[in-house]
Amino acid sequence: MTTAPIADRSTTVAARATELSKIYGQGETQVVALDRVSVDFPRAEFTAIMGPSGSGKSTLMHCVAGLDTFSSGSVRIGDTELGSLKDKQLTKLRRDKIGFIFQAFNLLPTLTALENITLPMDIAGRKPDKQWLDSVIQMVGLSGRLGHRPSQLSGGQQQRVAVARALASRPEIVFGDEPTGNLDSRSGAEVLGFLRNSVRELGQTVVMVTHDPVAAAYADRVVFLADGRIVDEVYGPTADSVLDRMKRFDAKGRTS
Amino acid sequence: MFRTALRNVFAHKARLLMTVLAVMLGVAFVSGTLVFTNTISDALQKSSAKGFDHVDVAVTAKYQDAEGDRIGKVPELTEAVLDRSAQVPGAASAIGVVSGFTAIADQDGKLIGDGFSTRGGNYWGTEDPRYPLVEGHAPKGEGEILIDSRTAERAGYRVGDTVRMSVDGPVLKPTVTGIFTTDDGTVAAGGSLALFDTETAQKLFGKPGTYDEIDVRAKAGVTQAALEAELDEALPKGVTETTTGEKLADDQAETIASSMSSMKQALLVFAGIALFVGTFIIANTFTMLVAQRTRELALLRAVGASRRQVTRSVLIEAFVVGAVAAVVGLVAGIGIGAGLRSLMGALDATVPDGPLVVSPGTIVTALAVGVLVTMLAAWLPGRRAAKIPPVAAMSSLHAKATAKSLVLRNTLGALFSAAGIAVVLAATTMSGSDGQAPMGLGAVLLIIGVFILTPLLSRPLIAAAAPVLRLFGVSGKLARQNSVRNPRRTAATASALMIGLTLITGMTVMAGSLQKSIDKMASAAIEADYVVSMANGNALSPDVGEKLRKADGVTATSPLRNAASRIDGETEYLTGVTGSTIGELTDLRVEEGSFTVGGTKVVVDGDTAESHGWKAGSDFTVAYEDGEKQRLTVAGVYEGNDMIRGIMLDTANLAPHQSDPVDMQVMVKTSDGASGAVKDGLEKALGSNPAIKVQDKKDISNEIAQMFTLMLNMLYGLLAMAVIVAVLGVVNTLAMSVFERSQEIGMLRAIGLDRRGIKRMVRLESLVISLFGGVLGIGLGVFFGWAAGQLLGSTMPTYELVLPWVRMAVFLLLAAVVGVLAALWPARRAGRLNMLQAIKSE
Repeated sequence: MTTAPIADRSTTVAARATELSKIYGQGETQVVALDRVSVDFPRAEFTAIMGPSGSGKSTLMHCVAGLDTFSSGSVRIGDTELGSLKDKQLTKLRRDKIGFIFQAFNLLPTLTALENITLPMDIAGRKPDKQWLDSVIQMVGLSGRLGHRPSQLSGGQQQRVAVARALASRPEIVFGDEPTGNLDSRSGAEVLGFLRNSVRELGQTVVMVTHDPVAAAYADRVVFLADGRIVDEVYGPTADSVLDRMKRFDAKGRTS
Repeated sequence: MFRTALRNVFAHKARLLMTVLAVMLGVAFVSGTLVFTNTISDALQKSSAKGFDHVDVAVTAKYQDAEGDRIGKVPELTEAVLDRSAQVPGAASAIGVVSGFTAIADQDGKLIGDGFSTRGGNYWGTEDPRYPLVEGHAPKGEGEILIDSRTAERAGYRVGDTVRMSVDGPVLKPTVTGIFTTDDGTVAAGGSLALFDTETAQKLFGKPGTYDEIDVRAKAGVTQAALEAELDEALPKGVTETTTGEKLADDQAETIASSMSSMKQALLVFAGIALFVGTFIIANTFTMLVAQRTRELALLRAVGASRRQVTRSVLIEAFVVGAVAAVVGLVAGIGIGAGLRSLMGALDATVPDGPLVVSPGTIVTALAVGVLVTMLAAWLPGRRAAKIPPVAAMSSLHAKATAKSLVLRNTLGALFSAAGIAVVLAATTMSGSDGQAPMGLGAVLLIIGVFILTPLLSRPLIAAAAPVLRLFGVSGKLARQNSVRNPRRTAATASALMIGLTLITGMTVMAGSLQKSIDKMASAAIEADYVVSMANGNALSPDVGEKLRKADGVTATSPLRNAASRIDGETEYLTGVTGSTIGELTDLRVEEGSFTVGGTKVVVDGDTAESHGWKAGSDFTVAYEDGEKQRLTVAGVYEGNDMIRGIMLDTANLAPHQSDPVDMQVMVKTSDGASGAVKDGLEKALGSNPAIKVQDKKDISNEIAQMFTLMLNMLYGLLAMAVIVAVLGVVNTLAMSVFERSQEIGMLRAIGLDRRGIKRMVRLESLVISLFGGVLGIGLGVFFGWAAGQLLGSTMPTYELVLPWVRMAVFLLLAAVVGVLAALWPARRAGRLNMLQAIKSE
């Protein structure tokens, strides 16, 4: 088994999974989605999780993001251990500490772009930090379209609203589930650019699941999963180096 | 196509559940009504037909029309007529029948029955074939009585018991000498029957030596028609009428059938309302199913299905749903019919025994109604399905309703509403019955108009609720926006509730206003402390007035005595009063002259005076019932009302001309005013008669109020079905919304809205829709109540609009409760939604 070779397991870690397992079913029909995975997501780093479908990459993200329960092991977001939290506390944690970007944008059609962006804070009943909000909106370039409803925006613009929504509450960590999966390459590149900028310029932490090597190349580090285990990682990836590794796993997967 | 449709029904079982329930309830209501009324009607007819077994020909007196100075009257059937009837060759026997109102008290001294079906009659000789004795023997004299077995059982009387009873005033305490069974329809329907010996009955019912009817039996081999012919020949011409037993039975059956059919129709109207409300749910459901299946349907079109086939597939689906719901509804309806009968039996409203009647007509009607209503409601969505272009199969977007159709809709709605309001307003200026038809038409137009306009109205009305919803934070905000997201669906859902509440509010406003005005009318002109009358409105014996006059503490009394007379060749009813006291017992506004009654001086109400052209001081000639004439002078003209009107003259003046005077009521003034003790004293003075009511003004008001409360409660009960169906509609709409928005709900959960917030959002949406329907319904109801009141008020001087604020608040609260209840299940579902699956599902 391979663990991420991180020397300094300190408070500079935004999220950490230790010996994390997720098992569906029992006995004969038992499926191991995650097999004792340990991984750290350091602060101010852009991590991509990659792997073939069924490798457990989405499950890993869901478990670390407090969207799904796990069978054993531990997950920490900042100083909070998720395993002991009840649904209500998990919800609060997601609301206050985590930002989400989904493949299908998932905006509320009845709300304007601005209302969608501030929705997590509205739910919490908090006033958004005006300065931060402005800088986020500035960054994603939505200043002129804040009053529009999602149906009046293009796909790329909608996903930019989603990115702004994820960042607006200044979360501990932002999770993206195939954020560019529904976008054309130009819009996808824009969105990925914003995510990288949020890490570089705003000091955010971003974790993104993707199967696209080009998308993964925007990250600082790529973690590869196969059969519920972390099999490799690459720092400072390029599209080519990622593709290369993927081919290798594919081949390995077939021969094993 | 059929198989596709069938598969769709099964695939959407859960989503069709509310639709099936709504149709089922409507059909159950319809079939329950039919089964119940048919069963009761059948049983009543059978039992009453048996009641005529002993009559081959009935001889009755022929009413003599009024002519000249002679008043109209019924001639007497004397002993001589009876003898002559019995002696015709074809007659085997003849029985004289006397009957009248007879009140029997139960062992607590309370009146048995409602006062309208408590009757008394005569037991013929020592063995009356009409009334087989179960035990005991024939009655003899005033001290002996027979009672029917049902009444005996109900009140727990046995042979040898003393029973308190009354016919028209004095209390009698005869001994029960026997108990009989009878097929008499009135008894079967919950009345009571007491029998005396013939002479006593004649005396008690004020017909000494005469009969109401003579029942003749034919000898063996003589037909009813032959006997009738013989009797017609033998009896004096123009004074008697004969009817065969068969015809009597037929007439009775027809009367029962027609009275049951009007009850049936009334119930079916309410069933119809419930079904109508149900159509909104059906239409909503099918609209959603079609929208969800846009791609699938477009695909069918793309591979070559015609528009008609697409429509047909939706209609087949509706047919299957309607048929299933109708069958279940029919079964439930039969259960309701049976249950209703037991319920009525348990509530002491005796119903005749008989088999449960489920006629083929009932089955066909129930099934047809269920299927047709469902298919009719699904027809529009079906047409919309056919309009889906084949290319829609390629796009992922659902076909959206165009804005243009809403413009058309709003224009149409505005036209309908404006026309409706105009017609209703025009109708309020008409008088009485002239305005009824236009008012009904206007009401229907306005309801249709408002229904068409609800999508438009939903925005401003729901926006008005925003400040309140804001208190609930994000949940409130999202609920408000969600509720106007699909205006048509919200409109249809709210309209369903609106219809029920419009009717409920309208009825309440009208009933409240009417009650007030009748109350005012009943007590306005009365100065008396008490009004004494018979429980069923029958006449009182003058003895009652005498007893009251002599009772302790009584300072003044006056009867209101009815007497027919002829004036100027027309029948006019005189009111006999005690001239010396009537002035202090009433407070009638005098329009002209003075309120003096005594000797030949009389007072007349304004309308009567006007119709005869009388003024204070006018003279006129009256012909009394005994044929004698008298010249009377109008001393004064007073403003009459529904309770007191007509020509009032002194009873002393009237007495010599009346053979059998009766009083409608007696007014009493006491030295101590109205109080419980005084009332007890008066009742005691009358021998605590179960049949006589001693009422002060408050009692009268209460009685009127009770009557209205009872009527309103019945209406509420019947309209409750429409409200229940509307609740199903709200549940349906919310379930659909939750289903359609599951992805959104999943996202909201993911970004941090907790379960409570999600549930609250669904509940608030439900509340908003329900209150929207409630506000519309109550508003329309008040308008209709006001308009109908204007119409009624034109014939009622004391009418005034009474707005039942408390009730209206209760109705609004009811709408809110409906909203909360309807949201229970959908909110739970929304809260439990698996977030990950919800987000992924596309």
